[in-house]
Amino acid sequence: MKKDQYLIEKNGNNYEVVIGLEVHAQVLSKSKLFSNSATKFGSEPNTQVSLVDAAFPGMLPVINEFCIRQAVKTGIGLNAKINKKSIFDRKNYFYADLPQGYQISQYKDPIVGEGSIVLDLPSGPKTIGIERLHLEQDAGKSIHDIDPSSTLVDLNRSGVALMEIVSKPDLRSPEEVNLYIKKLRSIMRYLGTCDGNMQEGSLRADVNVSVRKLGSDKFGTRCEIKNVNSIKFMQMAIEYEANRQVELLEEGGLINQETRLFDTKKNQTRSMRSKEDAHDYRYFPDPDLLPLEFDDQFIEDIKSEIPELPDQKKDRFIEKFKLSPYEATVLVSDLETSKYFEKVIKNSDVKLSANWITGELFALLNEKNIEIDQSPISSENLSKLINLISDGTISGKIAKTLFVEMSNGDQDPKKIVEEKGLKQQSDPKELEKIIDKVILDNPNNVQKYKSGKDKLFGFFVGQVMKASSGKANPKMVNDILKKKL
Amino acid sequence: MTDITNLTLTELVKKIKSKEISSTDITSNYIERSKSSKKLNTYIEETFDDALANSKKFDAKPDFQKKLPGIPIAVKDLYCTKNVKTTAGSKILENFVPGYESTVTQNLWNSGAILLGKLNCDEFAMGSSNETSHFGNVLSPIDNNLVPGGSSGGSASALAAKLTPATIGTDTGGSIRQPASFTGTVGLKPTYGSCSRYGIVAFASSLDQAGPMTRDVKDCALLLEVISSFDSKDSTSIDFKRPNYFSDLNKNIKGKKIGIPKEYRVEGMPAEIEKLWENGKEYLKNCGAEIIDISLQHTKYALPTYYIVAPAEASSNLARYDGVKYGFRVEGENLIDMYEKTRSQGFGEEVKRRIMIGTYVLSSGYYDAYYLKAQKVRKLIKNDFDEAFNKVDAILTPSTPSSAFKVGEKMDDPVSMYLNDIFTVPVNLAGLPGISIPAGLDENNYPLGLQLIGKPFDEQGILNIAYSMEEKINFNLNTSDWWIK
Repeated sequence: MKKDQYLIEKNGNNYEVVIGLEVHAQVLSKSKLFSNSATKFGSEPNTQVSLVDAAFPGMLPVINEFCIRQAVKTGIGLNAKINKKSIFDRKNYFYADLPQGYQISQYKDPIVGEGSIVLDLPSGPKTIGIERLHLEQDAGKSIHDIDPSSTLVDLNRSGVALMEIVSKPDLRSPEEVNLYIKKLRSIMRYLGTCDGNMQEGSLRADVNVSVRKLGSDKFGTRCEIKNVNSIKFMQMAIEYEANRQVELLEEGGLINQETRLFDTKKNQTRSMRSKEDAHDYRYFPDPDLLPLEFDDQFIEDIKSEIPELPDQKKDRFIEKFKLSPYEATVLVSDLETSKYFEKVIKNSDVKLSANWITGELFALLNEKNIEIDQSPISSENLSKLINLISDGTISGKIAKTLFVEMSNGDQDPKKIVEEKGLKQQSDPKELEKIIDKVILDNPNNVQKYKSGKDKLFGFFVGQVMKASSGKANPKMVNDILKKKL
Repeated sequence: MTDITNLTLTELVKKIKSKEISSTDITSNYIERSKSSKKLNTYIEETFDDALANSKKFDAKPDFQKKLPGIPIAVKDLYCTKNVKTTAGSKILENFVPGYESTVTQNLWNSGAILLGKLNCDEFAMGSSNETSHFGNVLSPIDNNLVPGGSSGGSASALAAKLTPATIGTDTGGSIRQPASFTGTVGLKPTYGSCSRYGIVAFASSLDQAGPMTRDVKDCALLLEVISSFDSKDSTSIDFKRPNYFSDLNKNIKGKKIGIPKEYRVEGMPAEIEKLWENGKEYLKNCGAEIIDISLQHTKYALPTYYIVAPAEASSNLARYDGVKYGFRVEGENLIDMYEKTRSQGFGEEVKRRIMIGTYVLSSGYYDAYYLKAQKVRKLIKNDFDEAFNKVDAILTPSTPSSAFKVGEKMDDPVSMYLNDIFTVPVNLAGLPGISIPAGLDENNYPLGLQLIGKPFDEQGILNIAYSMEEKINFNLNTSDWWIK
């Protein structure tokens, strides 16, 4: 058994959990997949709806080339095969928020084929296979809680472009799912193809879960948990579902292949429909759209727009800045963080910068629940702070106080240091004066120290720091104290 | 003033340009005659007041540069017309008023034409006798109690009865050519992709085409020139250089090779149709064309193929009529109940039959056996034509296997009704241009038509051949005005 393997044990049997994800990522695009209506989140209901989105008689879809480029770009970022010919199909079903009575999607011939994503596990890198990526339209939204007797429909989202990214069943734990989603989101944010905003529904997933006895090479029967919209819920749903399946199997039962829903209040999954009741979507090629075809040049043009991606950036950070793989992974996982880091280190020590960003700054952002691009401390000022430490102007301890101070309105640390007299005391004459007084005031301890109680050295340092209000340069205090004692 | 309604479209244009008659003269004459012809039930919506106002507006500021200066035209009620009720002959759209205009009708108005009204048709263009319309069946002016054909039956009847100088229909499997044949008029289905489908209520997207219906070939060329255009709003619209069909029209068909497909000599075909076809060959020879026997070996599969592909697409295209967004709705206990009540009361029998056939052939487990196979056969049918066109310039066939039948005669026998389209559907399946011209009368003096099938985008070629034949045939449509009191 590997060190960080996630297993479920029941009656002495160990079960492995097999997970595959179908992620629905909203394409970052100003207009919809087949119409030119806007896609802005949070607008007044039904204000971003064209005749095509509302499926008026005689209205026809016209493909938005930008969305195609975004899908291809994402495919390239996933090291995937780009299909120069793909087909849009109709997925037929009736629902109030599906105006056409069908969703335009891609079934047998998706725009992107097999690819992969590398996860950085504590035990080392793990490659997760991507089965495919296809484009499809989002549906509208049914609202059941405004009017007591009817359901209202908001079609703003109707027709918005989604990328469905299907993984292979290569994930083995809730933690791997966490890393997978984060990595996928990171890649798409680097590419600018999806903002990955889960609160706004830009990223949601259907989670396929099955279990099998450890060592078995056959997959168990899977259940699909529909439309989970946060990583935390995905992890909770997987844990619940995997345990449910293990218990069922241990009781001698069989798993039904079915679609389940995750109830976030009860923290459990429940059956939505069985395989027998599954919709017959009657997929067929959409006759309103010709097969989508492009040439190698189209792909090459997009390739030339691909920025440095997280994995490449990580390698560069390790190589160039001598960061540890862990530090590099943390700093590149978010594009904005990596940009911030690179700005800070332009003028500052790399190691100190990495420590301060992943330590104090992350803690601050976490506490305030904000993203780094809203950081109350600009990269310029953090860089100044780090330089004040490097050149001995302030001690690390003072720096921490200063950092808190700076977070109130992004103030220049140099100014605060001057205004509040926080500058480190590095004048040997001044320090000697303080040290002499401490020695004079504590004759007993001096005696004890001299008779071999080495540990008391710390006591003297503490007294000096206290007498200097923490401003004494610790290194110099050490040196002078050693001499005097 | 009946003289005016006896004039062809081309003659009207000429007289209006020479200021012999005004737009108001023409419009009021057609309105008067239309008003006294209610018995034929050709109109679903009359826009006479607006038409008259528009004709006066035209006369006040005439623009004789236009191709259809101040010409009133009634159109099939499958075209969405801005702020004018558009029903597609269905109860489910009985009060639907679009806020937009179809590209084809917009082309008419841009050319100076004026909307007279919306003409009756089979419900969602599904029918061959104009008996499936929610607004009642249409009578042919040819004889009392005779169907005008369908689905553009209202258009054919109005044209033959001189209630409009010309009209436009739509043709999915013969819906322009068959009623033209039944009413002694000219009807052309252009190459798929010639006329935009934007704003035309969809029946079967991969087969639907708009086309002109006129009293003679010259008018047909003029109207085609107006309505055929590339349209970026329709992804299946084709950007090719459209000739000036009208000014390029000529009778020089010397040396043209005309194919006679042996598979069109179907069992039980009336001798008079056989004779008509023979006469057609003679006319062509007299014009200097060469007759060549050809084979289109998959012809016998065309009808079954059509009755899989068309209903499959229709079942999906009509899913949008669900009572949610617009059109007819019957309230229900819940969403499903509302759907069921709305659709079972909103659609007529023939439409429901085709939705069921279409749903069936796309169903999981039947898809490969029906829809997929039909698509393969469709390709074979297209290949037959491609091969034939290596040897010939055009193909001559009868338009229909019989002349018009009596109202109610085939309503209880859908298959016999479907057989009406046996000569026209292969042309739609192959996406080719086809024209029906009146070529003779049967023993009851009911008109019979001949069909010319052309190479893709060679509308000009078949128009020229039709133009030459028309002169030789010298067909005269004499109706006794029996329906006018």
